[in-house]
Amino acid sequence: MNAGLLALLVVVIAAAGFILGRRRSLAIVDGEIIRLHSLPGYYGQSVFLFAAAPALLVMLVWMLAQPAIIDSRVSALIPIESIEEGSSLGLIMSDVRRIADGLDIVVAQGRLSEDQVQNMRADLTDVRDRLADVGVALGSNVKQAVFVAAKEYRQLTGFARLAMSVVVLVLALAGAVFAYAKISPDYRARNVSETAIKSLLILSSTVAILTTVGIVLSLVFETVEFFRLYPAQDFFLSAVWNPQFRGGSDLGILPLLWGTLFVSFIALAFAVPIGMMAAIYLAEYATPAVRSVVKPAIEVLAGIPTIVYGLFALITVGPLLRDYLAQPLGLGSSSSSVLTAGLVMGIMLIPFVSSLSDDVINAVPQAMRDGSYGLGATRSETVRQVILPAALPGIVGAILLAASRAIGETMIVVMGAGAAAKLSLNPFEAMTTITVKIVSQLTGDTEFASPETLVAFALGLSLFIVTLGLNIIALYVVRKYREQYE
Amino acid sequence: MEAVAKDISVATDAFGGNKIEATNVQVYYGDAHAIKDVSVKISERSVTSFIGPSGCGKSTFLRCINRMNDTIDGCRVDGTITLDNEDIYDKRVDPVQLRARVGMVFQKPNPFPKSIYDNVAYGPRIHGMVRGKDETDELVQSSLKRAGLWEEVKDRLLEPGTGLSGGQQQRLCIARAIATRPEVLLMDEPCSALDPIATAIIEELIDELRENFTICIVTHSMQQAARVSQKTAFFHLGKLIEEGPTEEIFTNPRDKKTQDYITGRIG
Amino acid sequence: MSADAATTISLLKPDSRTRRRNAAEARFRSYGIAAIVISVFALVFLLSSVLTNGLSAFTQTFLVMDVTLDAAVLDKSGNRDIEEMKKVTTIGYGTFLQKAVIAELEAKGISTEGVSAAEVGGLLSKEASGQLRDKVLADPGLLGKTIRFETYATGRVDGYFKGRVTMESAALDKNTSPEQLELADRMRAAGLLTVSFNPGFLFGPDASELRPESAGLGIAILGSAYMMILVLVMALPIGVAASIYLEEFAARNRFTDIIEVNIANLAAVPSIVFGILGLALFINFVGLPQSTPVVGALVLTLMTLPTIIIATRASLKSVPPSIREAALGVGASKMQTVFHHVLPLAMPGILTGTIIGMAQALGETAPLLLIGMVAFVRDYPAAPPEGFFDPAAALPVQVYNWTQRADPAFVERASGAIIVLLVFLLIMNIIAIVLRRRFERRW
Repeated sequence: MNAGLLALLVVVIAAAGFILGRRRSLAIVDGEIIRLHSLPGYYGQSVFLFAAAPALLVMLVWMLAQPAIIDSRVSALIPIESIEEGSSLGLIMSDVRRIADGLDIVVAQGRLSEDQVQNMRADLTDVRDRLADVGVALGSNVKQAVFVAAKEYRQLTGFARLAMSVVVLVLALAGAVFAYAKISPDYRARNVSETAIKSLLILSSTVAILTTVGIVLSLVFETVEFFRLYPAQDFFLSAVWNPQFRGGSDLGILPLLWGTLFVSFIALAFAVPIGMMAAIYLAEYATPAVRSVVKPAIEVLAGIPTIVYGLFALITVGPLLRDYLAQPLGLGSSSSSVLTAGLVMGIMLIPFVSSLSDDVINAVPQAMRDGSYGLGATRSETVRQVILPAALPGIVGAILLAASRAIGETMIVVMGAGAAAKLSLNPFEAMTTITVKIVSQLTGDTEFASPETLVAFALGLSLFIVTLGLNIIALYVVRKYREQYE
Repeated sequence: MEAVAKDISVATDAFGGNKIEATNVQVYYGDAHAIKDVSVKISERSVTSFIGPSGCGKSTFLRCINRMNDTIDGCRVDGTITLDNEDIYDKRVDPVQLRARVGMVFQKPNPFPKSIYDNVAYGPRIHGMVRGKDETDELVQSSLKRAGLWEEVKDRLLEPGTGLSGGQQQRLCIARAIATRPEVLLMDEPCSALDPIATAIIEELIDELRENFTICIVTHSMQQAARVSQKTAFFHLGKLIEEGPTEEIFTNPRDKKTQDYITGRIG
Repeated sequence: MSADAATTISLLKPDSRTRRRNAAEARFRSYGIAAIVISVFALVFLLSSVLTNGLSAFTQTFLVMDVTLDAAVLDKSGNRDIEEMKKVTTIGYGTFLQKAVIAELEAKGISTEGVSAAEVGGLLSKEASGQLRDKVLADPGLLGKTIRFETYATGRVDGYFKGRVTMESAALDKNTSPEQLELADRMRAAGLLTVSFNPGFLFGPDASELRPESAGLGIAILGSAYMMILVLVMALPIGVAASIYLEEFAARNRFTDIIEVNIANLAAVPSIVFGILGLALFINFVGLPQSTPVVGALVLTLMTLPTIIIATRASLKSVPPSIREAALGVGASKMQTVFHHVLPLAMPGILTGTIIGMAQALGETAPLLLIGMVAFVRDYPAAPPEGFFDPAAALPVQVYNWTQRADPAFVERASGAIIVLLVFLLIMNIIAIVLRRRFERRW
């Protein structure tokens, strides 16, 4: 029975339970609702919950656990020596799965009976042709060991599926009967259903924690794997980044880190003064009419996806800088460069800096401005000597957040900065960043378990730690700053 | 109105020269007419208090005297206000220069988030009144002394001004205001955020400052007006109803509205 | 002090220091204006660059002509047997079409001087022969008849009409020649070639490197739509439930503190990290298929949740406590209060936040690259729910894909795709603004 249908059945049982439960609650008080502790609907709900929640939960856990368990049992059937050069257990297992799926289709289409499949042998029948007939393409001929594993896989899966259906349906029915039996006028159905809803709410709010845990675990596991294959000190200290398809790569983070910091620095050097001056002008000088036009316009910049900035860097800014600055000055001939990516990223960060600065500037109380004007200070003196110092922690927080954004930005650097890992001071040269290499190492065709692929996780972990650190400091600083004026 | 104004000006002559003269002042916030045709004379080296129910325009009028209203969007001032016979709303007048001569203390103490020293030195520095550290030190010290705060803070001049108590903060703001050596000091309900003891200290201070400054004070408390001011002006619904020596206003008001207000019937 | 009246200078004559200070003031102000001008200029420059590059992607050069489907060539056995007819490959159809075009040119009296027969055939998209073949195989009855056949001209000719390809560049290009382009000019004058709106750009599937003229956004739009549906279905309930708990029920303790910090940090985690999570968790660990809307949606949901939670909490917070007290006061339970009174009142704000979060998700690219959405997909995904598990593209990823291809015709298409993306974002934002305007309550 497939999972969708099973879930639907559980819901149907639960829904029936709802109707029956509601009806029973009314019946036991002869329709006098006032005698019930809760409204009849809540009795229905409690039956629904007892029927659906445990059954669906078990089903979910089962479905998550089943592939791992079956894989480990089946892969034990494949002899190590049958794994060819250039292949891996993972690749063979995916063949096993495809063969098993193919056999399912063959049986479903009635081309072979279940018995015939059981007796089929890969060394006697051309399994590859049979499966190709039903639209399952295999890369090579099937070995007997793999085929046996596939048949075992089919059987185990089939059995597990059946077992799951039975267990889930029994649970659903048992839950429904249990809750139905408990219905009485004193039964606090509303409290039961509300407790259940509240646990759902709590469960939802833990998604944030689970996500963080998921991120950390997936990064850490693969990074540990990477450091097993590639020495950590080489990763952190080597100044060469030169991945090779056939192993023997140099995977030093330093050139990537340098590119990342260089691009981010240019972006911040562009965005921070402009964003802050824009925020100051809008907050302290602009007439309401100007503000009502310019503020949304700057906010539009914030709503534009980064891919658009990437394209802008690639087809407009890059060639422009190359033709009018880099080539005339003899500094480079590449349209993707640190400066291209930095400038475009700077544009992207302007609204970010300006809206954060706007917030902190507006948080400075009007009384502070009055005090300064009252002493005869001009607006600019007030801004520079009173408002900015007062808003400084908030602004520092905003800049840190912007820096974390810049370091983690991907599409603009992928399309604007280039792919060559270099340690150079010339901003007109193409360089590359951590995020660019994460993308290129994980979207290539290299094998997953190789250091060339796994390095992406080490890069990701480094990126995550740096940005997380910046964010935590920034949020802390901003929060302290807010408290000061609340 | 004319007749009344003349009458008053005779009465004010008893307090020396007029520092400030306002004639037919109108203030608009957008379409709202906040101050209606106010004419008043403020005499030198005395304390004039502006009283009246909330929203009567007394604070607005006070803020006209150093053009603080310029900083509010959509505020418009008509009529003339002169300081030493020069129209402060003349096109040639720079409000920045004016405010150095007409200082202001606000309702809530608003020290800058800087050290006590820097708070006081801020005004003189931006106006270029001091050269070098010695001169600044001296001015900071003398201003704090005049504000009666020196003894309390002389050992912690470099600590932030925001760390002081409410009353101390307000005296710091007064020290800050008098550090630019203004001629006129405007005070907008300077004690409304303070406890009675701090209030008493400030009131005493105001009385001392009268020797050197022309002071205008907006207050909600009629007792305070009676205690600190020599002259009182009563505002109601944007109009100046009556002004004169404080004693007269409180003992023998000419207008019925004034009488109603000081006896607590409107407010 | 005021006592020494001698130091008092007239207000009417600003002193030199005040003049200096005012000059500094004017300078500072001009910096502000410069910052605003630069920001607004950047916006205008960005949008105009995308528009000028991309608007032409919505039109395409078509070749329209009457073709007589010669049964002797296309069905050699003559018995209309589909299996037999399939033996004529696209190459066969290609030569057939090439001859048909030459015949048409002769009939119209257009000189083909200096252009070889193969080059005449090369004016057509490589897609053309396949199109004709599909058409014939779908309806063998057409054989022997004369049909009106419309197909794309090759990308080079299209580029020539749009100004991307010039005679000079054509002379250096091995895929086209100036003579070919001159012939295209003559054909356009004769009405054989027309430039018109191309629905295939919006609805067609992607095409290979060599056929930019037939590359379309159909699968990408569908894939993005699938993901948005799933994101809405997953992120809205979870986000609202989490916000209700945190805002209405949670006591301030360690647990809720951890959640709060987590949400704030997740909102600032680089999007590519979510891509890594998707790859490691949903694809490698759970075993969901690569490049599918369901994986994309899961990743985007996790990314969007913080936005929705932050907006929802702000919205719940803005419902005044008096409403809650009123409901509690008549004996409603806390849960009833929230679901009957607070939530409905907060709904407009929640929806606005959700739409804005989804707009962000729609434009997100980097994480989708990592879960395999860069793959070349030519088959439309099936209808939901099965379609959620079929490989698909996504709008922003399609843009990236096209920028990685060599033919400059793809740059035009990438910019065109950006316009489509921006139009969708604009619509979503307008909906959000309208919702806010119409339903926002000021307490």
